[in-house]
Amino acid sequence: MTDVAKASAKPSAPPLRKPAAEASAPVRWWHTQRGRERLFHLLFLLPALLYLVAFFGYPVVQNLLMGFQRYGIATFYTGEAPWAGWDNYAAVTSSAVFSRTMLNTALFTVCSILAQFGIGLAIALYFRRRFPLGGVLRALLLLPWLVPVIVSGTVWRWILDQDNGVLNRLLGGLGLGTPGWLTDTSLALLSVIMVNIWLGIPFNVVLLHSGLQEIPRELYEAAELDGATGRRAFRYVTWPLLRPVVTVVLVLGVVYTLKVLDLILGLTGGGPANASQTLATQSYHLSFRTFDFGQGAALGNILIAVSLVFALLYLRANRRAVDE
Amino acid sequence: MKPTVHTAFGALIVAVMLFPVYWMVNVSVQPPGSTLTTPLIPTELHFDGYAQAFEDQGGNLLTSLTVSLASVAFSLVVATPAAYALARLRSRWVSVVLLAILFSQMIPGIVVANALFSAYNQLGALNSLGGLILADSTHGIPFAILILRAFLGGVPASLVEAARVDGAGRVRAFVSIVLPVSRNALITAGLFTFLFSWSDFLFALTLTTTDDVRPVTLGLYEYLGAHVSDWNTVMATATLSSIPALILLLAAQRYIAAGVGSGALK
Repeated sequence: MTDVAKASAKPSAPPLRKPAAEASAPVRWWHTQRGRERLFHLLFLLPALLYLVAFFGYPVVQNLLMGFQRYGIATFYTGEAPWAGWDNYAAVTSSAVFSRTMLNTALFTVCSILAQFGIGLAIALYFRRRFPLGGVLRALLLLPWLVPVIVSGTVWRWILDQDNGVLNRLLGGLGLGTPGWLTDTSLALLSVIMVNIWLGIPFNVVLLHSGLQEIPRELYEAAELDGATGRRAFRYVTWPLLRPVVTVVLVLGVVYTLKVLDLILGLTGGGPANASQTLATQSYHLSFRTFDFGQGAALGNILIAVSLVFALLYLRANRRAVDE
Repeated sequence: MKPTVHTAFGALIVAVMLFPVYWMVNVSVQPPGSTLTTPLIPTELHFDGYAQAFEDQGGNLLTSLTVSLASVAFSLVVATPAAYALARLRSRWVSVVLLAILFSQMIPGIVVANALFSAYNQLGALNSLGGLILADSTHGIPFAILILRAFLGGVPASLVEAARVDGAGRVRAFVSIVLPVSRNALITAGLFTFLFSWSDFLFALTLTTTDDVRPVTLGLYEYLGAHVSDWNTVMATATLSSIPALILLLAAQRYIAAGVGSGALK
């Protein structure tokens, strides 16, 4: 009984290890005040845990298994998907598209991230100064990020249209030619990257801006006394203090960019001739266009493995950011 | 430099960034068939595109709205108690669960869709509202748990205890004390969950095989495959699909800033 009284009087005390062991035999841990509290919280947690297991845990495990199975259209009627060992992995990695897909994914991710971050940081630094309507303008910048991605894809598809797009009308008017932004194999990937940069800038601006706001103004005043202003202030004050946020922004950016699918499907569908095909879009094509779910899963698993590397980096970065 | 110069340059940045959004609206108010010579500024407003868009996509818009609202309700009902429990429980398993939630946000949607397709196929959940609502909630639930936990953790435990002393049960204390003081966090989580579901394209594309359940994002995509000539209708549909984002930006700006910041960094 003393345990109970103590528990309810001091709710912030560390949990009692095994209250049942100290009490007389028939009293179980869930009979104590603290134990009931715990049980209550566990019940609160249960639906979410079940959901996460069903909609994230199960798909990941199932996808791993599917990567080793042979799927055909018939599979969805008979339910039979025979074990195929590493065949799917051998098939996807030896296919002619694979190296192209890997290269595209790397180029798409690296170029998008570097440009998004660079431009995002520049805009965040600009909007750091105080001027009339600054807050309103910064808020408006968010719009591209809030609009459904497939909408942005559709709009850009029309802007970049070779014959009727507004971009080529402008370029043609200036006598600079009318390139097929989305239909030329040498330009499609570049166009997709450009649109993805546009799409990612708001996210970078918001996170970097809130990171910048956390840097105390006094530090700049102190730095100014030491003669560090402008570029030197950025080099010695802003950048070192922004570093934890920068790491998080970059790693999150990579993980999100690897997953991009809507945008590419809306703009080019991965074409022409796989010129803008990435791991994510190719996985979609294999599963839902050619109905080879085994190969689609294998490619999806490769995508997960790449993401996982960056996810681990994120955790390390996040932990450091929390520690500091 | 004068502050007004800063404002002017800032406005220029925003103008460049928002040009595609402007162009979408501009094309949407052009008369049909004139999209080849779209003027830079609409000289007169034509709403033929919107009339056609409502005719083609009215049902799809309604489907999107239904799915998104249901997904918000489901996500909040599942995520809020979990977030509260994760904020209150003292156990090393809490960090394990949080880690799992962080990782879940990194799983590519195509992987989830790949596995869900065969599961849904066996359960007969393809082309069903319920199936799409559950799948769409994958966008919102992890996010909602993370931002709600950050907020619910800050609700003083003494508030709950006071209610308990007054004789309220645990559930009642949660519903009548914790939820009301967390209103802003719940609104933020709800708004984002709505937007995530509304924007969903991947699950609509992969988990439907017929016209029965068709959100507007998928309707828009199908215009692209059909080589339409009336881009004013396409852009009117795109504009209608962007209305939730616009409303959110205009009406709930402070919630958005809170959501973008906390969800990604916590």
